[in-house]
Amino acid sequence: MNAPLPQRQRPITIAILAMGGEGGGVLADWIIDLAESNHYLAQFTSVPGVAQRTGATIYYLEIYPRAGIVDATHEPVLALMPVPGDVDIVIASELMEAGRAIQRGLITPDRTTLIASTNRVFAMTEKIAMADGRVDPDKLIEACGTAAKVMHAFDMAAIAEATGSVISAVLFGATAGAGVLPFPRQAFESAIKRGGKGIQASLAAFTAGFEATAVGATTVKTPAVNQPPPTLDGQDSDETPTNGVVHRPIPAQLLQETDKFPAGARAIARAGIERTADYQGLSYARLYLDRLAPVASADKDGRLIGETARQLALGMAYEDTIRVAELKIRPSRFARVREEVRVNDGQILEIAEFMHPRTQEIADTLPAPLGRFILRTGWVRSLMDRMTRKGRVVKTSSLRGFLLLYMVAAFKPLRPRSLRYQAENAYLEEWLATVQRTAATHYDLAIEVAAARNLVKGYGDTHERGRARFETLMALLPSLSQRPDGAAQLASLRKAANNDDTGVALDAAIAAMKESVAA
Amino acid sequence: MAERSFKEEVEKLRLGAGEEFRGEGILAITKALLESGVSYVAGYQGAPISHLMDVLADANDILEDLGVHFENSANEATAAATLAASVNYPLRGAVTFKSVVGVNVASDALSNLASGGVTGGALVIIGEDYGEGSSIMQERVHPFAQKSQIWLLDPRPNLPSIVNAVKKGFELSEISNTPVMLEVRIRACHVHGRFETSDNVRPSYTLRDAMENPRRQTDRIVLPPASYLHEKEKIEKRWPAAVKFIEDNKLNEFFDGDLIDIGIVMQGGMYNTTMRALELVGLADSLGHSRVPLYVMNVTYPLIDRELIRFAEGKRAILIVEEGQPEFLEQAINTIFRRADVQTRIEGKGMLPMAGEYTGGVVRDGVKAFARAYRPETISDAPPSNEGAVRIAAAVKAIENNVHARPPSFCTGCPERPIFTALKLVERELGTHHVSCDIGCHLFSILPPFNIGATTMGYGLGGAGAAAFNTKSDKRAISFVGDGGFWHNGLTSSIGNAVFNKSDNVTVIVDNGYTSATGGQDILSSYADNAIRKTHNSIEKAVRGVGVEWVRTLTHTYDVAGMRDTLREALTTKAKGPKVIVAQSECMLNKQRRERPLVNKAIKDGNRVVRERFGVDPDTCTGDHSCIRLSGCPSLTVAPNPDPLRTEPVTKVINSCVGCGLCGEVAHAAVLCPSFYRASIVNNPSGWDRFKAKARGAVIGFLQRRIARRQYAAA
Ligand code: SF4
Repeated sequence: MNAPLPQRQRPITIAILAMGGEGGGVLADWIIDLAESNHYLAQFTSVPGVAQRTGATIYYLEIYPRAGIVDATHEPVLALMPVPGDVDIVIASELMEAGRAIQRGLITPDRTTLIASTNRVFAMTEKIAMADGRVDPDKLIEACGTAAKVMHAFDMAAIAEATGSVISAVLFGATAGAGVLPFPRQAFESAIKRGGKGIQASLAAFTAGFEATAVGATTVKTPAVNQPPPTLDGQDSDETPTNGVVHRPIPAQLLQETDKFPAGARAIARAGIERTADYQGLSYARLYLDRLAPVASADKDGRLIGETARQLALGMAYEDTIRVAELKIRPSRFARVREEVRVNDGQILEIAEFMHPRTQEIADTLPAPLGRFILRTGWVRSLMDRMTRKGRVVKTSSLRGFLLLYMVAAFKPLRPRSLRYQAENAYLEEWLATVQRTAATHYDLAIEVAAARNLVKGYGDTHERGRARFETLMALLPSLSQRPDGAAQLASLRKAANNDDTGVALDAAIAAMKESVAA
Repeated sequence: MAERSFKEEVEKLRLGAGEEFRGEGILAITKALLESGVSYVAGYQGAPISHLMDVLADANDILEDLGVHFENSANEATAAATLAASVNYPLRGAVTFKSVVGVNVASDALSNLASGGVTGGALVIIGEDYGEGSSIMQERVHPFAQKSQIWLLDPRPNLPSIVNAVKKGFELSEISNTPVMLEVRIRACHVHGRFETSDNVRPSYTLRDAMENPRRQTDRIVLPPASYLHEKEKIEKRWPAAVKFIEDNKLNEFFDGDLIDIGIVMQGGMYNTTMRALELVGLADSLGHSRVPLYVMNVTYPLIDRELIRFAEGKRAILIVEEGQPEFLEQAINTIFRRADVQTRIEGKGMLPMAGEYTGGVVRDGVKAFARAYRPETISDAPPSNEGAVRIAAAVKAIENNVHARPPSFCTGCPERPIFTALKLVERELGTHHVSCDIGCHLFSILPPFNIGATTMGYGLGGAGAAAFNTKSDKRAISFVGDGGFWHNGLTSSIGNAVFNKSDNVTVIVDNGYTSATGGQDILSSYADNAIRKTHNSIEKAVRGVGVEWVRTLTHTYDVAGMRDTLREALTTKAKGPKVIVAQSECMLNKQRRERPLVNKAIKDGNRVVRERFGVDPDTCTGDHSCIRLSGCPSLTVAPNPDPLRTEPVTKVINSCVGCGLCGEVAHAAVLCPSFYRASIVNNPSGWDRFKAKARGAVIGFLQRRIARRQYAAA
């Protein structure tokens, strides 16, 4: 009696990978209702709790046609968790979650249809990096395409946003559009209608998801996070143009001076001119170009001048209280905030800034002698310290707050005489000299010296910490220039310096480097 | 008010005979209790039976109609002790809590209950939290059942089986005078399924009957010499009675198959996974027909020797599918077979892993190994498609390091986060300290971005976990206790202990108004009114009541500077004795659930409502992300830098921000960049609002045009 079992109907297995609050449960409920209303048995389970608190969660469903039951005493036995290699449909609400499904073996080339949204919700580890900790989304998309039998992947969060709905409705639409469930489109829509709550928006999102899927089966749109900013025309490139506002033009001749740079560096240098002109006028932009000239002549392939042009512009346009005030009160900034917080016509917007200028920053902005006096005179300093111990909330949308910042911004013409300006200039000149000097003998290392300037950024403690680390690295130059791998070493030290606030990683990296010299 | 409302779903509890129930496992369990004529229910929340407590709370009207009393127990020991009502009286009672931590807490009461035995059916419903998503240590409940001699049911994970287990569990308990544990795994608690209902049964004997006609039987009390007799009675009377009932009522199930010389023995809870595994290796279909004979133990303690021996008859080998370790069933079955001289080979942990969750893939591999060893001809080892394997390997390689863990963390706007932000700031001044954690949402502090906390010893034991660090030192130890843990036992175990032992340490009691980690249930100190419970009992008063003199209550945890200063003071003050900080702000998840509908309605009705949220100016943000490292709010994320000169992503606040204010407080207290702004959006502005806005707009607009005209930009 060794008869193999007759071929029988198998359940359709569906895994939904989502994060808490993304409506994975709602999506599952729709599918259950869809199945049960169309002569299928359905089972669904999950491990909630975690789902409520932003953790990654898998919802698992199995559906089985009633027609597949042969005798009433034997109902299908449905599983409570997905088995690797045995999942028909994987629905992922986010790109990294789709990657997680691959890792767990849920997506396999022989059977799995993957329906994934390509938007990114960054993991904590990606967000807390001191520089850029984001993973490469293209790698994830590529892996999804490789692992799945069929893939439908596009940015469903954007569609949800555009239709004023939630991502689960778009995913439901994409599932319908993918044609992997044995139910007609109307049956899906009926499930949404029976669910109550926000039916119109859900249906719109459903339709958008359905159509996007039906159009191009495996079309992939690169997620927005990876796209370069659309224009290079200055710091406010992303801002809504404010109607009828005219700026003072930067003379074309000045901008054209970048033509003499190698192609790769031109756009950056141009942005540098715009930045410095915006920061302190045309003569400042002139100074920028003059400073670049000697580096340009040492350049071999555009890399050195490109990096230097970038860092020099950022260094010259350092953020002081004047700059911050100026940026905060610009009309383009008001427009940007309106858009970002989605203010409608009937609503009124008020903006309050959280600022914490301390004695140091205030003294920095003042004419150098006065600034120095404040910092050096004990009682003045402690008086100022006491006055600035608490942060301030400035309401830029009120007249008082606006005028306060307007006044601070009005100090701009005095900036070149300020304490900070003098200090920054000295630092920059020294760094530029180092770049040039190094370039003469160690070209690659010079590029890294240029790039290392990026450690100096921000305000207050962040700025001080960055400067200290930058100097630590510069002090290592003599020994770095003796090593054949000096440039690579400096690059990895810079990375280590960006690893944590405490500097533990940098110390370790330096120790390791010294060790490797000794060896 | 709990996180999830079952107000609508509890209507299903009114279904009568012959109707179909469709819904979640926990709801089905509740229905089964009502159909069994239960007199009282009690318990303590914790995944996966938190929702069972929520269902009971939401069903209180229905329960009262039926004369069923429901208690929110102070902790699991209280819940277990509640079953004392079934010792002398024919009252059916059920209590519920999560494994294995709940059983740990309850074990004193459970031992006493089991020793004397019960008259009315006593059911302990255990929500098994083992495997994926579990938040506790991985241990089995099984040995607790064994050591106290409490019968253990582990039914197949479908609603009819679970419902049947509840009903039969009460009968078994009464017939054998023994409490019964019903173990339900996490996925079964939440499984959506169906079963045919019966009418609810009103208890024939009520709590009131008992209170008005009290009875006592001294031989049921755990005191010598009765306790010695209990031990004998357990073996001589209760055990055989149970075995007979289990056999007569066929609580364990036999399934035939044509491969009669092998068989699989499994815990009932493993049935669906094992069936799927058999199906995948070609030895079963999806309708429950297996070629391998099966013995499904819906009762995993006691074992029924006769049934096992009968099953083994004519079999060369059996495989035992038993999740968790040690392998109690495998050991016991070996003993049974040895004593009866049964020659059948027993496979189990040799073919399946000793420890860890028995997922579908794991069981499939084990079943395959078993079949290959004993009936190799039955499995066709089709070589896996090479192309498929190559593709999977390539995909896995491509995502290497690109998939990060996503553990649960503090919610958007969580009031607990600023407490840890403040502690990080204090540590910058005073250095790091030993931090003892507790159970609750605040335990997320151990994960990035905070990375705070060294140990967690159990619910309410945060302070106790630092007890040894009570010696002369230049630094104090810091402990955390949540309000849930505090009332669970922390008041005595952590606070009272510190007072009595003259500890100088610092304890922060995180008071967010609910037992939030278990789903936002109310407790003694909840600020909300609760129609069936007494809330509003002050933690500070309780703490002072046990003798703490240095107590500070902060009613706005988002005040990071205030929190930082208080922590600093607690860590440095010369005052003797324990320092207790009560950090109080309402759980944001619950607050939003309560307030959002009201706010939406107010806006719809045309009332003036101001909504606040935060934002970051990308042009002043330096991409250093200190703000995220000090906060970790899910609404705080990164976005591409719009500045062509910079490559680091900038911080961005997404629209889910609830405007809790932490971002601004952090920017101030930690002296971060001036990029944060608070946007106040006035809905349905008043006439005065509009006038003000217009007037300001005129002046500001004029100045802004001037600013723009002076600004240099490429043409
Ligand atoms: S203010 Fe900051 S911490 Fe609070 S909810 Fe908004 S983003 Fe989160």
